[in-house]
Amino acid sequence: MTELFERIGFLQQGPFSVPRWEALFANIDLLWQGALVTLLVASLGLALALALGTLFGVMSSSHWKIARGFSRAYVEFYQNTPLLIQVFMIFNALPILFTGMFIPVIAIGVLGVGMYHGAYIAEVVRAGIQSIGRGQLEAALSQGFGYIGAMRYIIIPQAMRVVLPPLTNQAVSLIKNTSVLAVIAGGDLMYAGDAFAGRFGHYGPTYIVVGLLYFVMCFPLARLARKLESRAKEA
Amino acid sequence: MDAFLNSPVAEMLSDPVLYIGLGNGLLLTLEVAAISIVLSSLFGTVIGAMRYSGFPVISQVATTYIEVIRNLPQILLILVSYFVLGLPGKWAAVIGLTIYTTAIIAEVIRGGLNSVPVGQWEAARSQGFSFLQSMWYIVLPPAVVKMIPPIVSQFVTVIKDSSFAMVIGAGELMFKGQILAGKYWRPSQIITIYVIISLTYFAINFAISTVARRLQKKLSVGRGSIGN
Repeated sequence: MTELFERIGFLQQGPFSVPRWEALFANIDLLWQGALVTLLVASLGLALALALGTLFGVMSSSHWKIARGFSRAYVEFYQNTPLLIQVFMIFNALPILFTGMFIPVIAIGVLGVGMYHGAYIAEVVRAGIQSIGRGQLEAALSQGFGYIGAMRYIIIPQAMRVVLPPLTNQAVSLIKNTSVLAVIAGGDLMYAGDAFAGRFGHYGPTYIVVGLLYFVMCFPLARLARKLESRAKEA
Repeated sequence: MDAFLNSPVAEMLSDPVLYIGLGNGLLLTLEVAAISIVLSSLFGTVIGAMRYSGFPVISQVATTYIEVIRNLPQILLILVSYFVLGLPGKWAAVIGLTIYTTAIIAEVIRGGLNSVPVGQWEAARSQGFSFLQSMWYIVLPPAVVKMIPPIVSQFVTVIKDSSFAMVIGAGELMFKGQILAGKYWRPSQIITIYVIISLTYFAINFAISTVARRLQKKLSVGRGSIGN
C-alpha cells in the first residue's frame, strides 16, 4: 500500500502532496492559536463596533444638527476608505499619541475592525430607528404604556426585526476582516497560516485548512442572518 | 511658516518621487478594480441567474459557490491566487477580487429578481409576453432599481479591498505608500503619506457613492409601489 502511494506522482510532489499535509498537521497548533486570536479580536471588535454603531446611529437620527453632521462624517470617512489604511494609520499614530507605551497588536486589530464596522452598524441602527413611525411611540404612550414599557414592548421588538439580519451580516464581515491583521503581523489565523505556508512553501494545504476554519466561523452566522431575514419578511 | 517649510513633511511634499509613486499606484489600483468589477459583474450575473433559475444541478452549483466564497476572507483569496494558482501580482489581485465579488454580486442579482412578486411574472405571461419580454419589460426594471445600491457599494468595496493586494506586492496604491514610507520614515512623514492615500481613496469612493445615490433616486421615481 505504502509502495503504491510512493508511486503516485501528485501525492508525492506538487502543491497538495501528502508530505505537505503531514507537515501541516504536525504544526496544526499554530493554526489553532491563530484561530483563537481571530476569535478574540472578532469578539472584542464586535463589542466596540456595536457600541460605536449604536452611538453614531442614534446621533444621526437626532434633532441636533452637529451630532448628525459628526455622525455623517464618521460614517462616510470609514465606509469610503480601505480598512487596511485605517489599520496602518492606527499602527503608526498610536505610538506617537502614547509615547513609551506598549500597544499590543491585538488592540490595533480591535480598534481597526471595531471603528470600521462601527460605521456600517451606525447605518444599520439609523435605518432601524427610521423604520419605526413616530406614531408607534405616540400610540403606545396613549394606550397607557410608560416610555420604557413602550420601548420594551412596542419599539425595540419591531426595530430588532429590521436591524438583526444586517447586524448578523456585519458580524460575518467583521470576522473575515480581522484577517487584515495578517499584514501587521497580528498573530491571527490568516497570519499564522501565511507565516507557516511561507516558511516551508506548503501553501496549498495550509490555505485550504485556513479557509475551512474561517468558513466554520462564518457560515453558521451567515445562515442565521438568512433565517432572520426571511422571518422579518414574513412578519 | 518657516518652521513648516523646513520640516521633514515639507521636504517630502516637494519631492516629485512622492507624486509619481502614488500616481502609478493609483493607476494600478483603478486598473485592477475596474477589471475585477467588469469580470465579476459578468460572472455574478451568470451565477446569480443560475441560482435564481432553480434548475436542480445548476442551481446547486451556484448556491455552493456563493455560500463557500462569501464566508472566506478576501485576503485569503488573493493569497491563493498568488501562491497556489501562481499568477503574477496584478492578475492574482484581479482574480482574487473577482472570485469574491462574483459571489456577492450573484446574491444581489438573485435578491433583486426575487424582490419582484411571482404575480408580476404570471400577469406578464398571461398577457402574451414571452419569457424574455416579461423579463425585460416587467421584471428587470424594478429589480434593477433594487440592485443598484448594493452593487455600487460592492464596487466601492472592490476599490477598497484592492488595497489587500499589497500583501503580494502588486504595486498598487497601498504598496507604493509602504515603499515611500520606507524612504520617508519619520512618523510625521509616514502619517502624511497615509493621509494622502486615505483622501485619494475617499475622493474616488465618495464620488461613486454620491452618483449612485442620485441615480437610484432618479430611477425609483414613480416606482414606489413595486418591490419596495
